[in-house]
Amino acid sequence: MEKAIKRYMPIFVLPTFCAFILGFIVPFIMGIWLSFCKFTTVTDAKFIGISNYADALADTVFRHSFWYTVLFAVISLAVINVIAFSLAMALTKEMRGTNIFRTIFFMPNLIGGIVLGYIWQLIFNGILQRYETALGLNEWYGFWGLIILVSWQQIGYMMIIYIAGLQSIPGDVMEAAQIDGAGRWQRLWKVTIPMMMPSITICMFLSITNGFKLFDQNLSLTAGEPSKMSEMMALNIFNTFYGRTGWEGVGQAKAVLFFILVVLIGMLQLRSTRSKEVQQ
Amino acid sequence: MKMRKVVSVLLAAAMVAGLAAGCSTPSGSGADKDAKGKVYYLNFKPEADGEWQDLAKEYTEETGVPVTVLTAASGEYEKTLKSEMAKSDAPTLFQVNGPVGLASWKDYCYDLKGSDIAKALTDEGFALMDGDKMAGIAYVIENYGIIYNKELLKKAGYSAEDITNFDSFKSVVEDITKRKDELGFSAFTCAGMDGSSDWRFKTHLANLPIYYEYKDEGINTTDAIKGTYLDNYRQMWDLYINNATCEPTALSTKTADDATADFVTEEAVFYQNGTWEFNNIADVGEENLGILPIYVGVAGEEEQGVCTGTENYWCVNSKASEDDIQATLDFMNWCVTSDKGAEAMCNKMGFVIPFDANIESENVLVNEANKYMEDGKTPVTWNFSTIPSEEWKNGVGSALTAYAADQTDENWAKVVTAFVDGWATEAAAAK
Repeated sequence: MEKAIKRYMPIFVLPTFCAFILGFIVPFIMGIWLSFCKFTTVTDAKFIGISNYADALADTVFRHSFWYTVLFAVISLAVINVIAFSLAMALTKEMRGTNIFRTIFFMPNLIGGIVLGYIWQLIFNGILQRYETALGLNEWYGFWGLIILVSWQQIGYMMIIYIAGLQSIPGDVMEAAQIDGAGRWQRLWKVTIPMMMPSITICMFLSITNGFKLFDQNLSLTAGEPSKMSEMMALNIFNTFYGRTGWEGVGQAKAVLFFILVVLIGMLQLRSTRSKEVQQ
Repeated sequence: MKMRKVVSVLLAAAMVAGLAAGCSTPSGSGADKDAKGKVYYLNFKPEADGEWQDLAKEYTEETGVPVTVLTAASGEYEKTLKSEMAKSDAPTLFQVNGPVGLASWKDYCYDLKGSDIAKALTDEGFALMDGDKMAGIAYVIENYGIIYNKELLKKAGYSAEDITNFDSFKSVVEDITKRKDELGFSAFTCAGMDGSSDWRFKTHLANLPIYYEYKDEGINTTDAIKGTYLDNYRQMWDLYINNATCEPTALSTKTADDATADFVTEEAVFYQNGTWEFNNIADVGEENLGILPIYVGVAGEEEQGVCTGTENYWCVNSKASEDDIQATLDFMNWCVTSDKGAEAMCNKMGFVIPFDANIESENVLVNEANKYMEDGKTPVTWNFSTIPSEEWKNGVGSALTAYAADQTDENWAKVVTAFVDGWATEAAAAK
């Protein structure tokens, strides 16, 4: 049987491989090429060298969006993971109705980002209106609005991963710790968290990259108002590419820079949490 | 065992085939094999989407040439155009908004000189030239100003004759606001700064200071605007936001639909918009609709008419196949010369078209606007097509919203910066 699988592997891999090439590799290479070009439509480009990168780095709005995004990613990472972990702890206790709660917490994840953004925009603006202001008038309203929104959306998802991690901790380890006289906190810090490191790695990786790549929610919640001050990197790239005539190449250059940045941060984060993982 | 192998190979083959089928883009909707060429029109006007779809269907029935009409959402035209043009089935007919829009698409514009539709123009001035090349042809002439509800204005004790300049307009508006509770309506519809509505202020209202400055300087376009008339812009904006149905702080959340609803439900008398809006607001009764020039308080403005012009130029995609180009030219020509086409464009869409076939409009707003011209008033030209970029408009729009929420001189200074400095930066950044 194993031999058969090996023999037919190419056939089974082929469809996905095809899709991967067409949907990822080709656009990726094309994108890098386009970042060195001047163009109006992507099929008709002219090579102009690295001036796009110079323009991208000189763009003050892009730099602002970088810091804004970093701050957002860090805060959302902390908020999402702390709450998701606590929920996972609570919902793995012997309690009635844990399944119902798990389902409820997971549900927001099933709604698309654009829809969520508009719904939360209505909610926030409805509240802010009482104080004679609106989401589009202050970049920090937009910022905390986004934090609330993505927390609400992603906590459930991360919670599920943590629950799976918690359930895989062998009971005898816990029992041994208890018999040795470890208290609740000690058990959490010395046993649970080290055993959970693989889940934590995954969750942190997901939430930090999601934080950097956030787009739909940003677009529909604030659209960068006021004056692009709440524009995160992905939205800034989109607006540069589509919103400014003659700046398509610069948008593309920004996208390449963005890619490098996200890969770097993702790798660093993976390495630092991986090193803390323990063998079970 | 052998059977199983065969089945699995077949299944895999089917999967690959399915994938390949998914990759090849299905060409056009029900392309007619007999007809040579096809038309793909990327429409700019969401308010006329239904009418274009109907007209396209009619044309296909008559000639067998398939016509696809896709309408971009308000404010999304450039984005949609950019991505559609990169496809293998690119739009054959698209539009640009004037010289600035043309700059990015001129390589894609087919030279319309000598075409039937160019000959049908009533005036060569309606063509958009790129050097010697006729890159675009205007297909609609529009007016905008302050649309008002005659009945409500009468209820407030005024008529259009009382409004001849900014001061008289201001006193009417402020009087209505004072008696708002007693009258049961406000002066202005909400000045929505949502993307669906903010062009009314960051583009159309901004045209007036630009127009007067160009007039003073005797120029048609500039790389550096001075902002001589920005105080006029400010007093008009103040009037709009402080006498409206909604709080100035809530503007960023208000949409075009909100503003239209305010007007149609008779919550407000004045609504800055244009003749294209006719179908949406006809519910208040055609006899109740009127349009006023936008007086911003410039000396001699009593002689000023409404803003008349176009930002809708049809361009034919020069990179389309020859058959498609010919089909597109035929379609355009049919739209503006045949009875059916002219009927649809003039009556159903409420356009005034700059072609011989133009039919006397049933659009009350158009006729009201024309009256100013007949009375010898000078129409305000549409100089906003020389605004250096969309980015400039967005900058001014955001600054206006922020100013509305907190009306300080400091915040107005930011509008001025976005207007004047933004213009220079954007003109320099245009590539």
